[in-house]
Amino acid sequence: MFATTKKENMTQDELLVLIHQKDEKAFTYLYDMYSKSLFSVINVLVKNREEAEDVLQEVFVKIWKNIDSYNESKGRFYTWILNIARNTSIDKLRSKNFNDSQKNLSSDNFVHLLDDSNKMVNKIDTIGIQEFIKKLKPKCIQIIDLLFFKGYTQQEASEELAIPLGTVKTQNRNCINDLRLYLKL
Amino acid sequence: MDTKEYIESGILELYVYGLLSEAENIEVSTMAKNHPEINDEIIAIEKGIVALSSSFSPFHSVANFEKIKAKLELKHSGVIEMKPKNWSNYMGWAAAVVLLIGIGFQYQKLGQTNDQIVSIGNEKEKITKELNFLDQKNKAVETSLAVIRDQKNTVVALSGQAVNPKSFAKVYWNKETKVVYVDAAGLPEPPKGMVYQVWALKLNPLTPTSIGLLANFDTNNQKIFAVQDTGNAEAFGITLEPAGGSLSPTMEKLYTLGKV
Repeated sequence: MFATTKKENMTQDELLVLIHQKDEKAFTYLYDMYSKSLFSVINVLVKNREEAEDVLQEVFVKIWKNIDSYNESKGRFYTWILNIARNTSIDKLRSKNFNDSQKNLSSDNFVHLLDDSNKMVNKIDTIGIQEFIKKLKPKCIQIIDLLFFKGYTQQEASEELAIPLGTVKTQNRNCINDLRLYLKL
Repeated sequence: MDTKEYIESGILELYVYGLLSEAENIEVSTMAKNHPEINDEIIAIEKGIVALSSSFSPFHSVANFEKIKAKLELKHSGVIEMKPKNWSNYMGWAAAVVLLIGIGFQYQKLGQTNDQIVSIGNEKEKITKELNFLDQKNKAVETSLAVIRDQKNTVVALSGQAVNPKSFAKVYWNKETKVVYVDAAGLPEPPKGMVYQVWALKLNPLTPTSIGLLANFDTNNQKIFAVQDTGNAEAFGITLEPAGGSLSPTMEKLYTLGKV
């Protein structure tokens, strides 16, 4: 239904063991497990497809070279690489001297990526997502887009969506619960 | 803190999104370590958001993956889907091994065949020798038979004497061709160092004349011996004499005797 990788059953811990062994296959697993997720985030931030590919390369080079600086006690491995993807994308935007990157960021959401349906990785996945997106409340699309894809703080999101700061967390939680229900997670 | 309440607060989602402060991150991380249900929740949230975002990923080429690996100088040129490649690799090796075993087997076979050819060659040589030997033997028998069958022969039967009454012999005397043969099949093999001597006898007075020795008695299978012409013999006798023969017969060792 959703895009999943063949190594989906590999856990973060198993992957990290392989990476620390400098097992070259580990890079392939790493790429298999997370490249699509990160590439969609990069594409939401950097709207140019070619630049997004450059950023993706840069991100994986950074992950591999800085793997020793990842500290498990400070967060998930996925969260660590997600932040690298976001920061690298923002650096890219800044280096290109975008005048109003903030405005640029918020102009459209991640669902926009579906417009390029012929370029989607897997059309079956697309159909599954489109069905799900129809069911998903517009508020959920907005809040996941801002918090997850664009990395807004709770404060920024509450201002953008004009909702009380205290409800951002719980609303997002409800949206993720809908997603998990759909995915049977 | 009540873990259920903690989970429902929505902080775990923000933890996965990477939106918390460092202090908050450490707090959640510690909670996850101490409460498996929190850790499970975090993993489920992560799976959900990774699946969702992955499904929105625009196409990006395999070339991109190879470029990254080139940048990282990862020599291992594995493509994401490696299994079929591996499988065909193994097939290649398997085929090579099978071929090698096949060649080895054929080589061994060849060796065996060569050995067989050599041994067959040896056998053939042996058989040829045997055949030649049999051929010679056959000719000898034919000759003997021809001699014995000659109608012009005078056949003289020699009967056993006191020394060995069971012994006997025959003399085939062709008076026209003057050829004399002795059939000594009825004589026992002579002891070592001794030889049979054939005598032509005149009876009145008794005059023995040596007409030959039965040399190589043991190797002459037909026991048919050619001896010298007899002149006008009236009787024949065979005595056992020391090797080389004697000038006159040793009558105590007279084995056979017969009148013409």
